[in-house]
Amino acid sequence: MSIWEYANPVKFMRVSGAILPWVVAGAALCTVAGLVWGFLTPQDYKQGATVKIIFLHVPAALMAINIWLMMLVTSLIWLVRRHHVSALAAKAAAPVGAVMTLIALITGAIWGQPMWGTWWEWDPRLTSFLILFLFYLGYMALWAAVEDPDSAADLTGVLCLVGSVFALLSRYAVNFWNQGLHQGASLSLAPGERMSAVYRYPLYLTMLGFFLLFLALLLIRTRTEIRRRRLAALLARENRA
Amino acid sequence: MKALLIRDLRLATRAGGGFGLALAFFLIVCTLVPFGVGPEGGTLSRIAPGILWVGALLSCLLSLDRIFALDFEDGSLDLLATAPLPLEGTVAIKALAHWLVTGLPLALSAPVFGLLLHLPGPAYPWLVASLILGTPALSMLGAFGAAVTVGLRRGGLLLSLLVLPLYVPTLIFGAEAVRRGAAGADPGAPLVFLAAITLATLALAPFAAAAALRVNLR
Repeated sequence: MSIWEYANPVKFMRVSGAILPWVVAGAALCTVAGLVWGFLTPQDYKQGATVKIIFLHVPAALMAINIWLMMLVTSLIWLVRRHHVSALAAKAAAPVGAVMTLIALITGAIWGQPMWGTWWEWDPRLTSFLILFLFYLGYMALWAAVEDPDSAADLTGVLCLVGSVFALLSRYAVNFWNQGLHQGASLSLAPGERMSAVYRYPLYLTMLGFFLLFLALLLIRTRTEIRRRRLAALLARENRA
Repeated sequence: MKALLIRDLRLATRAGGGFGLALAFFLIVCTLVPFGVGPEGGTLSRIAPGILWVGALLSCLLSLDRIFALDFEDGSLDLLATAPLPLEGTVAIKALAHWLVTGLPLALSAPVFGLLLHLPGPAYPWLVASLILGTPALSMLGAFGAAVTVGLRRGGLLLSLLVLPLYVPTLIFGAEAVRRGAAGADPGAPLVFLAAITLATLALAPFAAAAALRVNLR
């Protein structure tokens, strides 16, 4: 029993098909419950009602970074072991990651307007998220531009590796470039640092919900990619015959 | 290796090779900026470090697709790939040739453009130093981008989308060094970071670019 068994598309399709309804149900339950619970939390003494945007903003930002990390891992698996499911999972994850980045940017702007008095500020965290968004766009554009699927997987895999290095480098370079306006971590293990439990528990729930949401979208999109690949193979066979 | 370098330099400097195009583009950028922001000296000298670096970056970008495209079209890239020289070496030499015909002239002529934009006096040595330290990284990263997009139709537009985010750290440290030089502060730290980025790209980008080329030549 090893994880590499699931690199077999047939096995992947069977297992993912079996767990997909549960993941979708869990995602819907956690996201909706978390957001409703978050909406019903009391207003913050300083930020008023705008504090509630955190239940959308923080999970989206968290997923935006981690989806790129997941793409890095699956790209490496593709480049080293050449499992097609891995490359297709990276392809399927990219648009989800781009949308998560966009949600984080937009909710941040909506929150920043009343709080900081500006829609956009060239702050390190904001700027590095914008750059991350550009990396997602470039990655997706490269997938769309290369016709041969294996070449596309190879090229985007290499791009993902190089992009990861530079995404990290940009993150610290923009720190150097400008001092920030964005507050520090919302969640911290140090008791004095973290937010009160009223906000923390609904936030944990939405974070779990966003993770399950991503997992559900990832499974659906990867299954679609596999089916599309099968269809292309069938059509190619038909044309040859 | 030397023969390849000389060949690339000859091709670039002959008629139609595009040598000087980057410089002319840089001149145009520096001419357009005062029209855009107004000719007032104080504003210009404040934004000059950033404009000079952005201009250098854009004019470098302009010539990137030539690194591999012509050799790919006439098939000589296939020959180079099967030559005894490893493909990583070929990439490094071609990036070096690109730097010699675009980055280096840009760096050396940058003081003239600084003059056009009223760059404050103490910044000039740091402008040249930062461009000499930073433009090799632009050429190496550009070679990677060119290698990824070489087989594609309309690869040029995609090339800029792929490469420009990679240029961000170089731009930040380069412009920061010039800005600190202009303000009379010590530009040492950003210059060291710039050198670190250049060395890291020199070490790693040839491998990434060669991997991409192998895929495109397959």
